[in-house]
Amino acid sequence: MSHHTVSVELENKPGALVRISQLFARRGYNIQSLAVGPTERPGISRLTLRVDCSEHTIEQIEKQMHKLVNVLRVVELLPDESVERELALITVGAPPDRRAELIALGDVFGARVADIGREALTFEIVGRPEELDAFEELVRPHGVRELARTGRIGLRRPGPRQSRAQAALT
Amino acid sequence: MTRMLGSDAILRSLEAEGVEVMFGIPGGAILPTYDAIARGTTVRHVLARHEQGAGHMAQGYARASGRVGVAIATSGPGATNLVTPIADAWMDSTPLVCITGQVYSRLIGTDAFQEIDITGITLPCVKHSWLVQDVREIPAVMKAAFHVARSGRPGPVLVDIAKDAQEAELDFNYPDEVDLPGWKPPTKVHERQVREAARAIAEARQPIVYAGGGVLNGDACVELLELIESANLPSVVTLMGKSAIPDSHPLNCGMPGMHGSKFANFALNKSDLIIAVGSRFDDRVTGKVSAFAPGAKVIHFDIDAAEVGKIRSADIPVVGPLKLALRQLTNELKTMLADKPMQTAAWHAQLEEWRGQYPYKYRKGAPGSLIKPQLVMETLRDITAGRNDVIWTTGVGQHQMWAMQYLQCDEPRSFITSGGLGTMGFGVPAAVGAKAARPDATVICVDGDGCFQMTCQELATAALERLPIVVVIVNNGWLGMVRQWQDLFYSERFAETHLTKQVPDYAQLAEALGAAGFTVDHEDDLESTLRAALEAGRTAVVDVRTDPEENCYPMIPAGAAAVDIIEMPDEEEVPS
Ligand SMILES: Cc1ncc(C[n+]2csc(CCOP(=O)(O)OP(=O)(O)O)c2C)c(N)n1
Ligand SMILES: [Mg+2]
Repeated sequence: MSHHTVSVELENKPGALVRISQLFARRGYNIQSLAVGPTERPGISRLTLRVDCSEHTIEQIEKQMHKLVNVLRVVELLPDESVERELALITVGAPPDRRAELIALGDVFGARVADIGREALTFEIVGRPEELDAFEELVRPHGVRELARTGRIGLRRPGPRQSRAQAALT
Repeated sequence: MTRMLGSDAILRSLEAEGVEVMFGIPGGAILPTYDAIARGTTVRHVLARHEQGAGHMAQGYARASGRVGVAIATSGPGATNLVTPIADAWMDSTPLVCITGQVYSRLIGTDAFQEIDITGITLPCVKHSWLVQDVREIPAVMKAAFHVARSGRPGPVLVDIAKDAQEAELDFNYPDEVDLPGWKPPTKVHERQVREAARAIAEARQPIVYAGGGVLNGDACVELLELIESANLPSVVTLMGKSAIPDSHPLNCGMPGMHGSKFANFALNKSDLIIAVGSRFDDRVTGKVSAFAPGAKVIHFDIDAAEVGKIRSADIPVVGPLKLALRQLTNELKTMLADKPMQTAAWHAQLEEWRGQYPYKYRKGAPGSLIKPQLVMETLRDITAGRNDVIWTTGVGQHQMWAMQYLQCDEPRSFITSGGLGTMGFGVPAAVGAKAARPDATVICVDGDGCFQMTCQELATAALERLPIVVVIVNNGWLGMVRQWQDLFYSERFAETHLTKQVPDYAQLAEALGAAGFTVDHEDDLESTLRAALEAGRTAVVDVRTDPEENCYPMIPAGAAAVDIIEMPDEEEVPS
């Protein structure tokens, strides 16, 4: 078992998304996260899927998805060769006397305060999914009231293959 | 560009696709299109008695002809009755366009009368489907539907058309091109892969071709024959592949798998190189996958990349059209073999030894005893010997396996059976469809008594539509194959598998449905009655009462290794 991120370009047609989720359900593949939205081209959506499975299964998934009529392209996003981001909204318990401490903590991660209530505040954080995990862990002791994540989206890095040094920058 | 109704546009589209015949049943949501049929079309409509029948007829038509089969039904129950044929066509890669009426667009989503989400229901078993709510989409969708059904690995598609789209007007223009940017089945093969395959074959000592239904679907029978003959390659042929190369061919080693011969299973499992051609390592062939052909390298030819490496990893994958791939392979191989011939003499000697050692066998009945089902097959085989105009269809069960074992099929597309889904009731309607495709052929359905009762209403279709078929019922009075499992694996607890041989009276039932009915109780009458039915000149049913206790051997229990074969128990001598 290993993590795989797959980027799928699909025609924005009725039922296109259902065909993909149906394929996963029926063949017993487990989706960890799924994010879908428009691309630079009208009528075409990009889907970023995160699955935990074996090499054999990911190969099968790619081949099976290729056969869907609405699917234009399927590529696996390899960690070294792609950029991945995710957005999370996290509402944390924050009585007035803890607020400053929490906001300072958020600053370290570049988390913005999206809203403040009397006893809680909502952070908005964008980053690599692992950064979001780390931030979530950090604020957990303060009491996470609600949390929503978009699921990761990703793109292949532009241009020639990146050096490890460049990869480390992002 | 002609102004017309959507319903007429559907028919003009079918005509443009060269459709000769469609099989269906009308109802409210498809009525505008039936009204268009009344206005006139060159497409013949065959009125089935059940939409499942219509669907299997379209499959039988497609399987016998190689063309796309067309079935048409109304919304709701009409559409749901098509689900089994759609699933069957999906499993056996049969090109099918199913057209269903849908309720008015404005009613969709309201649980209107006879509204069902048929595109949703069929999602897991279609190549693609369309819900048409705008009349202007009809020509492009019909064009795309036929293209998707037949290109790449064939299979079923569904076009669900709202009633208002059938009733509205459009400017009709049938497109020349399909607009499907995401549909790109392979049209070429990788030359380097083919060369590597040729090299592996040239070096193999114990090669075996493992040919499946893809050979028939890929119209590659001639090319496969050329390959095996030019390199003297032995071949096993799956249930779905039967008739792809002649059964009488000396290089044909028969069928591997659960009820295949020990010979074919040994040939496949003890090979050092498997050349899979349009076959998919189905569990009924492999048995326990981890124990399957442990010493073999695998070359896998398939049009569907997703089949390659799905069950058994392929050392040399070759994705693309089989016709092209095999042609290239044969050319490469011929060049290589010119320098250095195949080193397979010992393997051929071994195969011939197994062939002699492990024929299909059964215990012949004593004079006056119950007819053995295998004798029915042998008799059918013998009285049709030398004819090239016979097409067989079957139901699912013991009789199907005996038909596979004993019938001799030398012409491509002459054996039509439900393999992947194993659908009881497939035989009779598939025979009607095959007859529609090949009116000059003699179409014989070998059916079980259980199967026959599932779709025998289509005899009326056969009789009234002048599509005469001959149905031979192997009437053992039981759901025989299930009984066999109960016998072997459930300590003879025969729960709910007894049908009786007497009810219904099949000959009378046949007569009631407009066919000729025959009954055979004794071996002495078997051949003459079968001949009489074949010569009746109309739809005929022969009820052959057989020995209910006969089991189908050999058998590899589900999940067992393919070489762990249960053979016929021989407590008695087997007379030759
Ligand atoms: C639609 C359907 N229902 C149930 C089964 C399970 N099944 C497989 S073979 C069989 C018995 C078939 O009986 P019959 O047609 O009399 O054939 P026989 O095995 O006796 O030759 C059954 C019930 C099936 N394959 N298809
Ligand atoms: Mg039976």
